[in-house]
Amino acid sequence: MQQQVASAATADAAMAKITRDVDAKIKTRLWAMGLLGFFAFVSVGTFVYNEYYIYLSVYLWFGMIYGMCLQYGRFCFSSAFRDLFAIKVPRMLVGIVIATLLFGVISAPITASGLSTFHAAPVSSHAIIAGVFFGIGMVIAGGCASSSLYKTGEGNMNALLVILSLSLTQALFADVGGWANYFVPEAWTQSALEKGLPASINVTDGWVDQYLAGYVWNNPALTYAEVLGMPNASIGGAFVGNLLVGILIPAGLLLAVVYVLYWRKGYRNKQKKAGNVVTGLSGELAGYWAMITANKRTAIAGLILGIACALQMLVIQGLRVKFGFKNAGVLLDRIGWDFGLSVQGTVFDPGYWYVTTQEAQWVGWTLQKMGIENMDNIYFGFVNGIPNPAINPADWMSFALIGGAAIIALYHNEFKFKKPTWETAMWSVIGGFFMGIGARLGLGCNVGAFFVRVANGDCSGWLFGLGMAGGAYLGVKFFNWWTEKKLAKEMESCGL
Amino acid sequence: MGMKFEKTGEGRYRLNVNGYVCPHPQIYTKKALEKLGSGDILELFFDNPSSGESIEAMIENDGNELVEKTVESGQFEWHIQKA
Repeated sequence: MQQQVASAATADAAMAKITRDVDAKIKTRLWAMGLLGFFAFVSVGTFVYNEYYIYLSVYLWFGMIYGMCLQYGRFCFSSAFRDLFAIKVPRMLVGIVIATLLFGVISAPITASGLSTFHAAPVSSHAIIAGVFFGIGMVIAGGCASSSLYKTGEGNMNALLVILSLSLTQALFADVGGWANYFVPEAWTQSALEKGLPASINVTDGWVDQYLAGYVWNNPALTYAEVLGMPNASIGGAFVGNLLVGILIPAGLLLAVVYVLYWRKGYRNKQKKAGNVVTGLSGELAGYWAMITANKRTAIAGLILGIACALQMLVIQGLRVKFGFKNAGVLLDRIGWDFGLSVQGTVFDPGYWYVTTQEAQWVGWTLQKMGIENMDNIYFGFVNGIPNPAINPADWMSFALIGGAAIIALYHNEFKFKKPTWETAMWSVIGGFFMGIGARLGLGCNVGAFFVRVANGDCSGWLFGLGMAGGAYLGVKFFNWWTEKKLAKEMESCGL
Repeated sequence: MGMKFEKTGEGRYRLNVNGYVCPHPQIYTKKALEKLGSGDILELFFDNPSSGESIEAMIENDGNELVEKTVESGQFEWHIQKA
C-alpha cells in the first residue's frame, strides 16, 4: 500500500514537472515570437511612414540572420583561436574558415560584376599589431566583438559589459589628443598635415588622427587581384586573385596544418578503437573531411552566414542605386535626421556586416549630447559621423543581431539572465578595453578587419588574423596560469 | 559566486562554474579532468551554453565519456567519466 502511494506521488511529481516544462517552453517561445513581432512591427511601421526606412530595415533583417546564425552555431572568433590553444579543440576555427570560404565563394561573382560594396583597407604591419591587441582582449573578455552581441541576446550581462567597455574605449581612443600627441612621431604629424583635411578636424590634435592620416593612409589598400595586376571587377580578379589566391589556397593550407597538429591523432585513435585502419592518402582525406564536417551546427550556421553576408552587399548596393545615393548620410538628411553627419555629409554605412564602429558611434553620440565635443577627429567628424542610434543603419543591424540571438536562445530554452560577478565583470571590462584599442588600430574587429576582408580578398585580412592568433595565444597563457592557481587551491581540500 | 570544486562521493567530484563565461568553464573542466583518476566522475555545473560545445568536443577528443547531460532553463548539468 505504502509502495503504491509512493509510486503515485512519484508519478504526480513527474507529471507536474512535465507540465512545468511545457508551460516554460510555451512561455519562452511566446517571448521569441513577441521579439520577432517587434522587429517586424518596426520594419513595417517605419516603411509605411517613409519608404527610405527600408534601407535601415535591410540592415535590421540581415542583423537578425547574423544573430540567429551566431547563436545557433555558437559562432565565436575568440573560441576559434582560444579553444585551439587552450583545450586543443579545432571545431570553431574550422567552422569560421569554412564560413569565410563560403562568404568568399558567394562574394566573388558580386565583385566580378562590380556590384560589391567592399573597399580594401591599407596593408601594413599595423594590422598585425592591432590583431594582437584584439586577440588578447577577446580571450580575456570571453568573446569577440560579434559573439559578445549574440551572448548578450542569450541574457549574458558579462557580454553586455564587454560591449559597453569596447564601445566606450573606441569612442574615447578615437578622440584622444592633448597629452597623447606627445606620443605621435613627427613624421606622422607632417604627413597628416599634407593630407589637407578640413580645419574642423584639427588633425594635429589627436593620436588616432595622426596615426590614420600620417601613417595608415600612406600604405597601399590592396586586394590579391590588384597585387596580381587584375582589376577586382573582372572574372580573373575576383575568382583567381581574390578567391583562389586570397582565400582558397591559404584557407586550405591553414586547415591542413590544423588537421596535422590538432585533429589527426585523435581521429586515428577513434578509428582504431572502431576497428578501422587509416592508411594512405584516402584515409588522410577522410580524416580531413571528418574534421570539416565534425560539427554540423557550426557548419550550417557558417553556410547561412556566408550566404547572408554576400547577399547583404548585393541588396544594399541595389537600394543605393534605386534611391540614388552612395552613402546613408544622404538618406538620413532626406528624412530629416541631419544631426551627427560627418563634415562630408556621410555616416557609417559599410553595406556589409560590421560590428565595432556603430558601437563607438552610439557612445560618441551620447558623449556629444552630454556636451563633450568629439567631432574634431577623422573617425567621427570626417568619416563616420555620430547619428542618433535610433536611425543609425549599422546600429539597427547590431540591435537586431542581439534580438535574433535572443529569439533562437529562447526557442532552444537556452536564454538565461546572467549577472556578472566581480571577477567576470573585471575580465569583461579589461577585455573590452583591449579589443577597443585593437579595433581602432586595425580599422575593424574580428568581423570587419578579418572575416569580411579575408572573404573579399583584402591583403590586410590575414595579417589581422595572424595578430589575433598571436594575441589569443598570449591570452590563453595568462588564463592557464590564473585558473591553475585558483583550481589548485580548491582541489587541495579534496586531496587531489 | 566563484568557481567551486568539491568531492561528493567515492570517485565523484563536483565542479561548479555557474556564472562564468568562456573560456573559464572549459579551462577549469580540462584542468579538473587532468587531475582525476581513471573511472572517476566529474559532475559539471555551468550556465554558459557556448562553453558546452567546446567541452563536448574536448571530452570526445580526449576519449572521456559524457555519461549524463541535462539542461533546464539555461542550467547545464553534465556528468563526465574520465577514461
